[in-house]
Amino acid sequence: MTALFYIAAAVAVLATVLVITRSNLVHALLYLVVSLFAVAVVFFTLGAPFVAALEVIVYAGAIMMLFVFAVMLLNVSADSPLRVPTSAWIGPLVLVAVLLAELIYGIGLSDHALRAVEVGPQQVGDALFGPYVLGVELASMLLLAALIGARHIASQPESPAIEDPRLSGEEPDAPADAEGAT
Amino acid sequence: MAAVSLDHGLILAAILFVIGFVGLLTRRNLIVVLACIEIMLNAAGLAFVVAGARWGRADGQVMFLFVLAMAAAEVAVGLALAIRFRQSLGRLDVDDADEMKG
Repeated sequence: MTALFYIAAAVAVLATVLVITRSNLVHALLYLVVSLFAVAVVFFTLGAPFVAALEVIVYAGAIMMLFVFAVMLLNVSADSPLRVPTSAWIGPLVLVAVLLAELIYGIGLSDHALRAVEVGPQQVGDALFGPYVLGVELASMLLLAALIGARHIASQPESPAIEDPRLSGEEPDAPADAEGAT
Repeated sequence: MAAVSLDHGLILAAILFVIGFVGLLTRRNLIVVLACIEIMLNAAGLAFVVAGARWGRADGQVMFLFVLAMAAAEVAVGLALAIRFRQSLGRLDVDDADEMKG
């Protein structure tokens, strides 16, 4: 299990680096799916099979499907080039490398071994609907709000004016309509 | 079953978080920026699960479930915003939206 952890960790890091460096958007998203699968293997080796399954189903399945559908809806390949100039990487890389070194130093190498027990779905369910039941209710409210909000934000405006200058300009639709009415 | 040390799990989470952060700072496409936020949230959830596995308790996995629900809500709203962004600005470059107007 230890070897599996390190192999999956290496795959996760490599795939995540490829996500942020690919210039083809669909390739980047598929590498992100690989990264999420690798993290699911990490969860499994840590004795958390329930969240490993959820990682595959919800993250790699549902959320990434949403991303791929958005890419298809938006026709991103017709956009400006996705490639980032090499000079743009230098500043963030240096600063974030310092941050990572501090994080690793802060975590420290104190060699606590992880507990060799598997926490299965039953224990997770007991905790979820026992002490954390209020959090479950809040999560359901959050998801409902996100559903309604996404429906409202992405819906077409009532009367789209084709010749409106906002198609080339900066004005969002609702204030432009309000100004037209006054 | 597991002889992985706590530190290695947390360091993996830190590395994944930092990679997502570098992507967030450098990439300018809105979809990639949202994907980088997903990477960072996933890394935070990984840290929760590692910490839960350290003490052999279910609380870390419960927190991961909450992170998962929040990530789903965030990506739904974010992609809806991306669609509106594309409709009003014509491109998906986040630098196009650097003016707070309207």
